[in-house]
Amino acid sequence: MNTSADNAKFLQIQDVVKDFAGYKAVNNVSLDIAKGEIFALLGSSGCGKTTLLRMLAGFETPTSGRIVLNGQDLAGIPPYDRPLNMMFQSYALFPHLTVWDNIAFGLRREKWAKDKVAERVEAMLKLVQLGKFGKRKPHQLSGGQQQRVALARSLAKQPQLLLLDEPLGALDKKLREETQIELVNIIHGVGVTCVMVTHDQEEAMTMTSRIAVMSEGRFLQVGSPAEIYETPATRFVADFIGNVNLMDGKVTVDEPDHVVIACADCRHYVGHGITGTLGMPVTVALRPEKITLQREKPADDFNAVAGTIQELSYFGATTVYRVKLASGQVLAVSMANTERQREDQFQRGDAVWATWPPQAHVVLTH
Amino acid sequence: MEPTRQARAGTPWWRGRGLVIGVPYGWLLLFFLAPFLIVAKYSVSEMGDIRVEDLFTWADGALKVAVKFANYVLVTTDGLYRNAYLASLKYALVTTLCCLFIGYPFAYFMARAKASLQPTLLMLVMLPFWTSFLLRVYAWKGLLDDGGWVANAIIGLHLDKALLAMGLIETPGQLMHTTFSLLIGMTYTYLPFMILPLYANLSKMDLRLLEAASDLGATPWVAFWRVTVPLSKAGIIAGSMLVFIPCVGEYVTPELLGGPSTLMIGRVIWDENFSNNDPPVASAIAVVLVLLIVVPLALFNRYQTQAEEAAK
Repeated sequence: MNTSADNAKFLQIQDVVKDFAGYKAVNNVSLDIAKGEIFALLGSSGCGKTTLLRMLAGFETPTSGRIVLNGQDLAGIPPYDRPLNMMFQSYALFPHLTVWDNIAFGLRREKWAKDKVAERVEAMLKLVQLGKFGKRKPHQLSGGQQQRVALARSLAKQPQLLLLDEPLGALDKKLREETQIELVNIIHGVGVTCVMVTHDQEEAMTMTSRIAVMSEGRFLQVGSPAEIYETPATRFVADFIGNVNLMDGKVTVDEPDHVVIACADCRHYVGHGITGTLGMPVTVALRPEKITLQREKPADDFNAVAGTIQELSYFGATTVYRVKLASGQVLAVSMANTERQREDQFQRGDAVWATWPPQAHVVLTH
Repeated sequence: MEPTRQARAGTPWWRGRGLVIGVPYGWLLLFFLAPFLIVAKYSVSEMGDIRVEDLFTWADGALKVAVKFANYVLVTTDGLYRNAYLASLKYALVTTLCCLFIGYPFAYFMARAKASLQPTLLMLVMLPFWTSFLLRVYAWKGLLDDGGWVANAIIGLHLDKALLAMGLIETPGQLMHTTFSLLIGMTYTYLPFMILPLYANLSKMDLRLLEAASDLGATPWVAFWRVTVPLSKAGIIAGSMLVFIPCVGEYVTPELLGGPSTLMIGRVIWDENFSNNDPPVASAIAVVLVLLIVVPLALFNRYQTQAEEAAK
């Protein structure tokens, strides 16, 4: 049963469609998720990620397609009989029950013996470091504590699959960053397979092993955070994940080991071949942190462009410069502030050259 | 937050909030508390020839205060009054339970109905208020009297045997002027007062809590009892009070639909006042009735507030 092939296909989503009166909220998606994986469905609101999660939980029924968990087809199984648990957006803790009773709720539905329930609840409280808070009501807790109660409640029944709906959405930024790592540690510690929904790309990147970027009910790209960031498959993904400069151009040289792409302001020398033809219109995606600024004109004609610093934003660790090019396009350049006091710092209005290495580009053909 | 509060504190009480709260309080003071005090005064007075005598008499430079407690002694010891009180509490309680069992599912499905349908359903609940209360009670008379539709249906289905077995009617086929007709009338009259607060409460409920319950393994039935019902406690209490309190002192419905076996305290007060021409005894009965309802409810309210405070 537990062969590695089974483990790689622990959760199978096969050709799933959800049609709301003619509107396809989820439009024919397929996906395999491995056992123990933390997987993110990432997209802006209305992209279908929450609908897909609700179909996994059983609150929505797929119009067509199959969802198979650990070899069991979930079709027709109501939410209360599914071997999975969900942590709801803004938690949905029962306000009339104490923290202790909230966590015990699922165990009591399975008719656990009293001492077993107590043992498990205490273990869960310890896991989320809320040992002293068992007697409190949810409204007496801070947002971060409520989040941990919700996590404990959803883990108490030892689900085969844990669903997280915007798990950190209700927390403020500072707490969110701290909680991300804590949450991942707890999930890994328990070893549960996890699918989370988020609109926050940073959250998805730091917490998960793989991400599916969703838009209009479809998966645009599925891959590890690094794959999605470094080699986005489409213009939408490149634009959605992180900051990116996009330049439209045409292929002028197409060799197996390199290509040259001519854009309005510069010519790109790309150090690898692409699947395309000469003269084909493409988009070059360039991350701001891969570009450097200098005052002198570089020796090489390729991968360099002249411009004027229009604006700069100091973030402490980095400074983001916005460089206006001849065509009017504005190039974002992010440079690390490695020295405390740079002599000759770039100022607004300075004429500069921006350069980047031949491996920096991603060439998007669609 | 703070500046506005200070600004409010700075305005004189007869303007702004003070006025808004003051007017209804003034109204209650004038038309509830003052008459109640008059009734309370009557209840400890002596009955003169035709008028209730004053508590205070001034004669020969001496102020005499005569407070007569005999009325209270009579009211609390005489079996007639005690039975009427108990009957009133009993019928009010049964009516409240009937309203709760009919009204809760009603309010529940109303709150869960399509949002576009809810205003219509709400209006249907309130529609009876548009016609005279007396007419509606009289209508029940027609329905339950010999040959009435409801009476025919009940007798046709032999349900009167069951009512007889439950002690709600005394002779088969005779539905009017029984406990049954009284309870039907009171339940019918007060049902909206149960439905409205329950609906207000249930429609505010966060439905994700039911999804959370379902996710944790609760069937819809279990989720209803473990989540919906406890969370609607405030609505249940409010609805029950709105039904129970006026039911205890109900006069019109028992008069029209009740029978000799359903003597309630409202009728006793009427009799003492108008048949026996003894306002002091009638007043004493009324005061005891108010105490009987107000004291437990005040205690209950305090307990509720304390429980809520403790939870915070």
